[in-house]
Formats: sequence, C-alpha cells, structure tokens
Amino acid sequence: MTAARPVARHRHRGETLDLATDVLVIGGGPAAAWAAVEAAAAGARIVLVDKGYLGTSGATAPSNTGTWFVPPGDRRRAAIDRRLALTHGLADPRWAHRTLDTAWEKLHALAEWGYPFPNDETGKPYLANLRGPDYMHFMRRRVRRAGVKILDHHPALELLSHGDAVAGAAGVDRQRNRPWRIRAGAVVLATGGCAFGERILGATGLTGDGYLMAAEAGAVMSGMELSAQYAFTPKPSALNKGLPFRWASFSREDGSPIDTAGKDRHVEVAKALQEGSVFAQYDKASPELRNWLRQGQPNCFLPLDRSGVDPFAERWPVTLRCEGTVRGVGGIRLAGEDCSTGVPGLYAAGDAASRELLTGAITGGGGPNSSWAIASGTWAGRAAAVFAARIAGQADNRPVTRLGGAALQPELASEEGLSAAEIVETVRGEMLPLQRNFFRRADALQISLGRLDAAWSDLRRQAPGDGLAAAKMREAAAMIATSRWAYASALARSESRGMHRRLDAPAADPGFVCALEAAGLDRVHITRRELGQGTPAQ
Amino acid sequence: MIEIVSAGRCIACDICVKACPANVFDPMPDAPPVIARQEDCQTCFLCEIYCPTDALYVAPGAEGPTAVSEAEIEAAGLFGSYARALGWRRGKPGGADKDPTFRLRAASR
Repeated sequence: MTAARPVARHRHRGETLDLATDVLVIGGGPAAAWAAVEAAAAGARIVLVDKGYLGTSGATAPSNTGTWFVPPGDRRRAAIDRRLALTHGLADPRWAHRTLDTAWEKLHALAEWGYPFPNDETGKPYLANLRGPDYMHFMRRRVRRAGVKILDHHPALELLSHGDAVAGAAGVDRQRNRPWRIRAGAVVLATGGCAFGERILGATGLTGDGYLMAAEAGAVMSGMELSAQYAFTPKPSALNKGLPFRWASFSREDGSPIDTAGKDRHVEVAKALQEGSVFAQYDKASPELRNWLRQGQPNCFLPLDRSGVDPFAERWPVTLRCEGTVRGVGGIRLAGEDCSTGVPGLYAAGDAASRELLTGAITGGGGPNSSWAIASGTWAGRAAAVFAARIAGQADNRPVTRLGGAALQPELASEEGLSAAEIVETVRGEMLPLQRNFFRRADALQISLGRLDAAWSDLRRQAPGDGLAAAKMREAAAMIATSRWAYASALARSESRGMHRRLDAPAADPGFVCALEAAGLDRVHITRRELGQGTPAQ
Repeated sequence: MIEIVSAGRCIACDICVKACPANVFDPMPDAPPVIARQEDCQTCFLCEIYCPTDALYVAPGAEGPTAVSEAEIEAAGLFGSYARALGWRRGKPGGADKDPTFRLRAASR
C-alpha cells in the first residue's frame, strides 16, 4: 500500500488547528473509510474528520448488515432484473451493475486484507455479510495503515471555497472546544443520511450535516420525498434491525392478530399503531433458527433480555421508528459516475448521496446500501484524489471563503430565538409521526412545511453561537433543512410510489416516473428531472 | 441509554471517551469518566464492547434514563454480556468468523 505524504500543518493562528491536505473526507462510516483508503492508494494526502469516532459512528457500526454481493455473469444480470422490478421505475440498471462490480472487488480485497469472514456450509468464506462493530473496527485500522490522518470528534460545520470550487472545511474539535480549518484540494462528503432526531442506531450523528453543507456550496438534493422508511423496533429501545422480524407475528393490545399475510407488513402495523399498542413475538422461528438468531443478531436481543422478556415465548411492545434518509433514499444528487456533485471539488458518497439510481423508490436497507457505501466511497475517493492532483500543492495556500450560512453567518439582525433542542423537537414532531410522514397527505404536509419554515426563519435570525453551541445549532439547521426538502418534494409528488405513500393520491401516476430535485435554503425549489436527461451514465 | 460506569471495574483508560460516537463521557483526572451528556446517548451498546474491563452498562430504553443500580446489574451478570455474545474480549474484536447470520439470510429467502 502506498504510504501517503504527511499532511501539512502550518500557521497556528491563535488556537485554531490549521491543516492543509489533498483530500478531506468528512464522515466516519463505511463510505468515508472506503473513500479514504482509495484516495490514499492514489498517493494523495488524506485527512478524515468525523464528528464521532471512525469505528463506531454511523448506522453500520452498531448493526450486522448484509451486502449486495452477486458474482458477475448471468446470476448478476438476473439479480439486477429482480431488483429493478421492485424499484418503481426510478432506478438505473447501469448503476446496479457498477455497484455490484465494485462491491465484488472490494469485498474480496477485504477478505485478502484479513477481515474474519465466516465460512459457509461448503467451507468457503461468506462475503455477503459484515458484522458492523468488527467491520468498522477493521476499516479504522486499514485507514490508519494507509497513512490517513484521522480526527475524531471533529464535526465539520461548513465548507470553504476558492472561486467556484470547494477548497476545504472548517469545524470544531468538540472535546477540546477548539476550532479547526482544513484546506483541501477536494472534499468527500460521507456524512450519512438524516434520521430526523429519531432514536435509532447511529442517529446521534445522522443529522443531515452533509446535505446542508453541500446545498450551501450550490449542490442540489434528489429523491428527498423518499424519506418515509420506518423500521420495526422493540419499544422503547433503539434497535431498528429488521432481520429477526421475518419470524415475528404481530398482535393488538387485546391479543387479536394483525393479519399481514400477502400484505405490506409495515403498512398493516402502521395502521394498527395509529389505533393503539402493537405487540410482536418471534414465534415463527424454529429452535434451530432461534439459536442462529441469538448468535448472529445478539444486539437485537439485548433490549428484550435486559427487560426480562423471552422474545420467542412472550409478546412484547413494538413500534415503528422513522429512518429518514438513512434507510430512505434521498440525498445529494450525483452529477457523474465519479460521485461528483456538480460543484467542482465536491464529491458525495454513501447515504449522503441520493441512492435513487440504485434503489429507486424502495429502501436500499441492508445489502444494497452496504454495497453502495463501499462502491460510492471508492469512486468518490478515487475521483477526489485525481481532482486534487490537478491543482497539486496549490490547495495549501490559496485564499478561502466560508460558505456556512444558518447558525454561522446570519443575514439579518441578531435575535434570540428557539434553542437547538427546541428546533430538534419541532423536527421530531413533524417528521416522526406515522400520520404525518409514513401516511402523507397534501394538507398535512402543508401544515408541517409552515411550521418547519417558521423554525428555519427563526434560526436564520439568530446570532451565531460559539464552537460547541454552533455545532449543535448546525445539526438542528441541517435537520430542519432536510425536513423542508423532504416535505416540499413529498408535496410535489402528488401520487404514491414505493415508500412515498400519499393517502390523497394512493395510486402511482405514470407521469411521475421522474426524479424530483430539491434546492435552496431560505426558499426551497422543487424541479422535475426526466430520467435519462442529465442523469449520470447517459 | 448509558447508565453505569462501574468505579470498581473501571481502570480510567478513557477509551469510552474516545470511542463513544455521541461524545457522552467526559474524562476525569485519575478517576473514572463521568456520563456528562446522557441525553445524547443513542443506545447502540458499542461503548460496552470497547471497554476493556466490562465496566459500562447501557440500559435498553432509548427514550430516557432508567433507574438501575450497579449491584443489580452485577448480580444479574449483565456487565460485558454483549461483548461475550459477540465474542469480543478486553475491548478487542472477536467472533465475526463464527457469525451464523448467513444461515438466517438463507432461511429468510
């Protein structure tokens, strides 16, 4: 492996940590790790900043995830055809091919590097599953060995520009309350999706920060209406992991079963939850399966075991938790196969990018998103290294402009207003309830948008706080911005398609086989984009 | 949410301060870290497996604090129970090579 050149560290102005690098990767999940590894392999100097810890941040580390992993040839073509039939016309088979191709290559590389894959019943390594804590612990070591400088607990608050190009980022070291500024030849946003403040695994960091920073740099979002994915979760835990629920039955408070045969189980349970409590029980698992479930998905059993519940023999309260764009679809619109965003020097990977081209109007949760993180991280890291090489060392000294708006540079007179915690509560109130987000209707969306717009305006009138306060307020701003793009897009898509369920327009409209792009911050604009026009790979 | 840093088990290595993605803990001089921002905890249980001495306990409720005592968690044998289930030991990974999840994926098709 190529050892990267050391990162330039110069000009300590006051207490600010001031660095310069070729590629800056923002994020701490698998897409960030793969981007850093790939960019380092190209010989670039890399800094990776994450607001949490590379190894535990994001939705993957606390999970056990499948990968979309299919050998090349007829089997792969058949798998893509099967998948494409489910995506409601919005996916592009070429992106599925590319994703499977790169994931195939990189998962084999992971095995060569020594990641401890289990052997299947034929004695061969089974590469189609990654145990989150082990995988991300392993990737951290791999990133370090590649010579990447890792800065944990360094949330990025805003991007920096030079001319029309993104030229770095600035933020705060939240454990030392010290500002940092990093000039870079190119930036990869691998900041994950937005969970709208829901209590799910990984959500603490998944506040949509990358969307906000990208929009301030001029990028647009796509597929934000596809943000209504919900997961079965034992109440009151945060364990939004679906696999054991394949062997669950559901019932109401009075014990009457919820009939899910041949229906969308999430929809049936969502309806029942609007009327009262719902209970689940893993009573469909054979004794053999029960052992495998306990061994293979131990975190899924922690909430139940620690509450003294036998999940196979008793029923226990279950709920649906919102997964926003984490296991939804929307994100930064990609402008090219290299994960460019249309803004020079800015790349997006993983859940920070829209996954419409891969998963269409359904969740890519589990396998597809996991393979997408590997593939898109790899593409973005590679392209960012090439872009940075073109401007060589100039990135180290060029003048930069701050791009951050909300909570950093208010346009209007300073005022007191809502706290970050109050803004997050507003987001939760509009984005989490089943009757607002899972089941949508135009009138309710308009009411929610009114409240979200008001919270945004309030925030924009406020004076910026200092480092740590600004970091919290920026998270709140990113969540509000994401919510507004999501509901404005949901209002514009006056039909139902995949996870976007409009009670007032329950059928799919063939006129809506298109993408919806969301742009703007103080004013949100929705633009229709025909598939195949200006989309990548055309 | 994170509820207990066991003073009896903790060796004040401060690994949890670094590894917690939500920055829940604050280090203390020559003493166990304190739970400084409990409301930020995402109830992911990862601090438990990174702890080399099984000194941390995360209660299953994600929506607010739970009243639990160290004595009852100790008596129930719950310190380190997630790490043991995974096969992690002393804060280091292990057991992924024995993960039978591929059997679940085959059975769920």
